[in-house]
Amino acid sequence: MITLIYIELQKIFKRWRTYIGFLAIGVLVPIIQIALFYEGDSFVNGMTRRLQDTFLVSGNLLNGYLIGHLILNSLIIHIPFLIVLVGGDLLAGEATAGTYRLLITRPVSRFKLLLSKFFAGSIYTASLLLFLAIMSLGLSLMIFGHGDLIVFTGKILIFSQDDLLWRFALAYGFALIGMITVFSLSFLASSLVENAIGPIVASMSVIIVLFILSALQFDFFEAIRPYLFVIRMNDWNKFFSYNIDYSTIWKSLEILIGHILVFFGIAAYIFNKKDILS
Amino acid sequence: MEELIIEVKNLTKKFKNFTAVNNLDLNVHRGDVFCFLGPNGAGKSTTIRMLLSLIKPTKGSIKIFGKDLSKHRNEILRNVGAIVEKPDFYLYLTAYKNLELLGKINRCDVSKSKIFEILELVGLESRWNSKVKTYSHGMKQRLGIAQALLHNPELIILDEPTTGLDPQGMKEVRDLITTLSREKNKTIFLSSHLLSEVEIVASRMIIINQGIKKVEGDVKELLNSEKLNVKFEVSDIKVAKYIIETSTWANALIQLQNNVAIFSLSENEVAPVNKFLVEKGVEVKAIIPSRSLEEYFLKITAGEI
Repeated sequence: MITLIYIELQKIFKRWRTYIGFLAIGVLVPIIQIALFYEGDSFVNGMTRRLQDTFLVSGNLLNGYLIGHLILNSLIIHIPFLIVLVGGDLLAGEATAGTYRLLITRPVSRFKLLLSKFFAGSIYTASLLLFLAIMSLGLSLMIFGHGDLIVFTGKILIFSQDDLLWRFALAYGFALIGMITVFSLSFLASSLVENAIGPIVASMSVIIVLFILSALQFDFFEAIRPYLFVIRMNDWNKFFSYNIDYSTIWKSLEILIGHILVFFGIAAYIFNKKDILS
Repeated sequence: MEELIIEVKNLTKKFKNFTAVNNLDLNVHRGDVFCFLGPNGAGKSTTIRMLLSLIKPTKGSIKIFGKDLSKHRNEILRNVGAIVEKPDFYLYLTAYKNLELLGKINRCDVSKSKIFEILELVGLESRWNSKVKTYSHGMKQRLGIAQALLHNPELIILDEPTTGLDPQGMKEVRDLITTLSREKNKTIFLSSHLLSEVEIVASRMIIINQGIKKVEGDVKELLNSEKLNVKFEVSDIKVAKYIIETSTWANALIQLQNNVAIFSLSENEVAPVNKFLVEKGVEVKAIIPSRSLEEYFLKITAGEI
């Protein structure tokens, strides 16, 4: 199985399409960092104006943690679109290229092939998030230095810099499960058709529709809202509160992992039954 | 009793209302170069895909090496090398990398020397480090043969292996097939449209049409049971017509047109007809036997036999 995953990873990382996500992050994050480098003080002043009326605010507020948190907050919603570029292509791309025939005539079960592709895609997803973490948090800490983190979630929360790394680690860990859910959706779409563009567009469309549904504040949607994975994906934010609501986080993890298992299960069923005609 | 390498019984594949393969039976023995013939849409590729578990049969059984394909798929495929239709590869990888990855999946020797040995066999050693997207169709076809042979399989399934090759390349593939069969005792299952090629390399064959088996057997026996269509180009067709129609050869005459008399003859009747015409003063300019397998194939698929 490890050999199969290694082979799939080689296939993923030898394609230019794989690097679109890295390129996007590699361009966007420095742009945000440069903008904050020059205008960060006024940005922080604007954020803390109310606070400054009552308290004496001191220390390095425009620090790497704040930038890392801001970037994670603003970019995590867009990462799914980068992930489906690879996820949607993993199976359908083989069909389009005709290489299904090469692969499925090997002495390896279809389930193992599928599982190895799934793991390889998940590793790609993890590497993209790791790159985001290095660029947004690591690079920001190098440029802007350390300091306490101010988080605005309706109210103002201040976290000591000694109390932050584990929160970021868990937040990224949680975000990874959310992103693997997105990857699983695109992987399922990829198992259905024999053209890579379809699954990519379909997965993006589903995510957009679910985002819209999650934003609609109608009673009609209340019953399904707790089960929408796009809402649960945002619960990484819960690690940035004084009293972490672990029960909600666990519930969200259950729902996200449930989605992953269902998406993968359907993909496995389809792939196993599929006649390879390409 | 020769060992059966492939044993197919009542194999049927239906796509909704269309039956691509209908109750097909076939047997391939060890060491055979078994040719699978049929016009486009006859069900050849569907059958080959079922033999390689790319398509699941609607009905029927496939045994390879005496084992049920549906139950022992991996064990069987470990000893099968194949090209299915056009040779497609990971275009963004080099030929070497493609072979290395595919070999690793097969758990076979993927040492540099082994891969180069195979690349040399198909004449691609000088382009080992080129990405496959830069390859011509013929080169991809050669690489297809290389990947089919890399793990030294007992059974080699080749679907149109000479498509896209130049005449020299076609001859090399034919020679390779003959070598693999005679010297390495490999069993070859070969689908081809090139009947001349089949006639040269095949020991046994099957012809299918519209998913149904028309004939199966030893190539020489099947062809020898058939008469050849032989064209005699003569100088004076009017004289020839009179002489032939008043002779015992009239029954063998098929057509008289444009100074050409076409007879249906067995191989040993060609010389006597020639002698007869010459003795009667008809100048014979040329004798052209039509390709026996081609005639046979066309008759079979047209339902004339």
